[in-house]
Amino acid sequence: MKDWFAGGRVLYPLIGLGLLLMFDFFFVPNFFQFEVRDGRLFGTVIDILNQGSKVMLLAIGMTLVIATGGVDLSVGSLMAVAGAVAAVLVTRSDLPVPVVCGVALGAVLLLGAFNGVLVSLVGIQPIVATLILMVAGRGVAMLLTDGQIVTFENEALVYIGNGAFLGLPFTLTLVLAVWGGALLLTRRTALGLFIETVGDNETAARFCGVPNRLVKTGVYCFSAVCAGVAGLIAASNIKAADSSRVGEMMELDAIFAVVVGGTALTGGRFTMAGSVTGALLIQTLTTTMVSLNVSPAIIPVPKAVVIVAVCLLQSDKFRAEIGRVLGRKAMA
Amino acid sequence: MKSNRLMNQIGARLGLFTATTAAILWAGCGQQSKPVTGGPSASGGAPASTPGATKAGYTVGFAQVGAESSWRTAETDSIKGEAEQRGVTLKFSDAQGKQENQIKAVRGFIAQGVDAIILAPVVETGWEPVLKEAKQAGIPVVLVDRGLKVADESLYATLIASDFVAEGRMAAEWLVKKTGGKASIIELQGTPGAAPAIDRKKGFEEGLKEHVDMKIIASQSGDFRRSVGKEVAEALLKVHGTKVTAVYAHNDDMALGAIQAIEEAGRKPGVDVIVVSIDGVKGAFEAMVKGTLNCSVECSPLLGPLAFDAVEKALAGVELPKKTIVDDQVYDTTTAKDVIDSRKY
Repeated sequence: MKDWFAGGRVLYPLIGLGLLLMFDFFFVPNFFQFEVRDGRLFGTVIDILNQGSKVMLLAIGMTLVIATGGVDLSVGSLMAVAGAVAAVLVTRSDLPVPVVCGVALGAVLLLGAFNGVLVSLVGIQPIVATLILMVAGRGVAMLLTDGQIVTFENEALVYIGNGAFLGLPFTLTLVLAVWGGALLLTRRTALGLFIETVGDNETAARFCGVPNRLVKTGVYCFSAVCAGVAGLIAASNIKAADSSRVGEMMELDAIFAVVVGGTALTGGRFTMAGSVTGALLIQTLTTTMVSLNVSPAIIPVPKAVVIVAVCLLQSDKFRAEIGRVLGRKAMA
Repeated sequence: MKSNRLMNQIGARLGLFTATTAAILWAGCGQQSKPVTGGPSASGGAPASTPGATKAGYTVGFAQVGAESSWRTAETDSIKGEAEQRGVTLKFSDAQGKQENQIKAVRGFIAQGVDAIILAPVVETGWEPVLKEAKQAGIPVVLVDRGLKVADESLYATLIASDFVAEGRMAAEWLVKKTGGKASIIELQGTPGAAPAIDRKKGFEEGLKEHVDMKIIASQSGDFRRSVGKEVAEALLKVHGTKVTAVYAHNDDMALGAIQAIEEAGRKPGVDVIVVSIDGVKGAFEAMVKGTLNCSVECSPLLGPLAFDAVEKALAGVELPKKTIVDDQVYDTTTAKDVIDSRKY
């Protein structure tokens, strides 16, 4: 699978993640400690995978959107919508949980289609088109829950964010399923090529017979469903739908994960493996800061340093420059 | 305060929709306020069954922020209820989180010639002109739950609000008593920079100063969010393991998240790890009855009685202190059961 490496671009976030984990190994107590309890693994690394699942899902969806040259700012709010729909249905009706999740995902799918139509048919710039739902989506979620935090105890729904499957958090299974599905669709069919062509040169793609409007609408729908699954996880994890706060600023985390992962914001070639690595990098950073008890006021600074470093490594120009400087030194 | 944040959220999000409607409504009828009492006292006076009714026959305008959280709805109900009990005619206005609506409402109250105004300001600044108009009209203004910044403090009679520092101190004092002065504490701070987060941290530290064995082993921001509270507690419990004997959260939501993390770490919240938080929302009381949350310091929205006491004193010409501190109560597992049914928010 060439996608795994994507011409070396996945390498840099992986190096970043590796260095960070090495740092954690030496400086964070109990970081690599694992423990089996109730037939499942526990440990900081497992927490990172579990808590990082939301951004990983958002990043997978966002990768395809960004590959078409777009961006989806509404994912954080769509998380709130999915969580609110599920929480309201599960507390106020007797519908079985799979149906509840289906309705929640269906609702965000519709909203995703709205994004897609605005971008592909109406021709509104993606950043503006998705900004509409970023603002309005949360309003819808708040209306559904009357602006309150809706709590639930339904075991099946709680399982999504807290349960274990094969000894690992169930959230990981969800991430792998969505990622695997997306990989199959984009790498085993022509769809991936369509997406890259649309992102690279839309006019050329259209003349080649690529159904670019359909492709564009499709990626926004997919991104919305990813956000919906992330929203279900977020709600399930705290056994409550916190419409006003859930997923706040997470759209930016997702975009960051994609960019760090080596997919250019200009569209074209994309790598989902890079985005997932990027998402794990963010989550590991966050957990490291908290574990080391870095003062909340300065947490953004070390985060920024790591982000800048990885982004610089991604830049061909920067690497060439460094190579020249090092080469000159070697000669002298 | 949580409600403040929530207000901003809705102000920003829902406000987009309501703003246009509201603007049209306001333009159409500048004084969109409706009396909510059982009627003016002239219609038979205050019911005899309300012993709290003192003198009736005056009118008060209440400019509320909005109805964005259960905390604020409880505050509105408290003020409406108290007005009814005292036989006061109350004119109520909901600003839907927008200052311009609130300023119009206050102007409306002045034009209608109310005797006093109760104001819960949306923001701190920009109140000078309208407060000057009220002062010229001889109408005292009582502020509730949030302060405002004016150069001339005589523009308002008094501010009735909770003292966040005191809340933090009360939480610390309760924890000292509960743990016998020895604990390793994880502190979950609010959003960095937010006034309640700063003050509740400060108060808590003040309360622990005398007790050298009360140690805060980690202090991280949970952003006032349940999900972040859980995530942070989860990570810190892994690092410090069984050393952690107490969790102090700046609001109930983060504490409720931390409780889940403690349970998942295989320890018993409320027993192995003592949990104390601030706000006193309904979910916190439910957790206290269950025994998973040990203590919550209330940040009371029931400001009605204090507000009308202040109004009556101001009307009688009594000079009031510029700040009246709400007497917040501490509730714990022993007292929560008795009061949970009477909780209004």
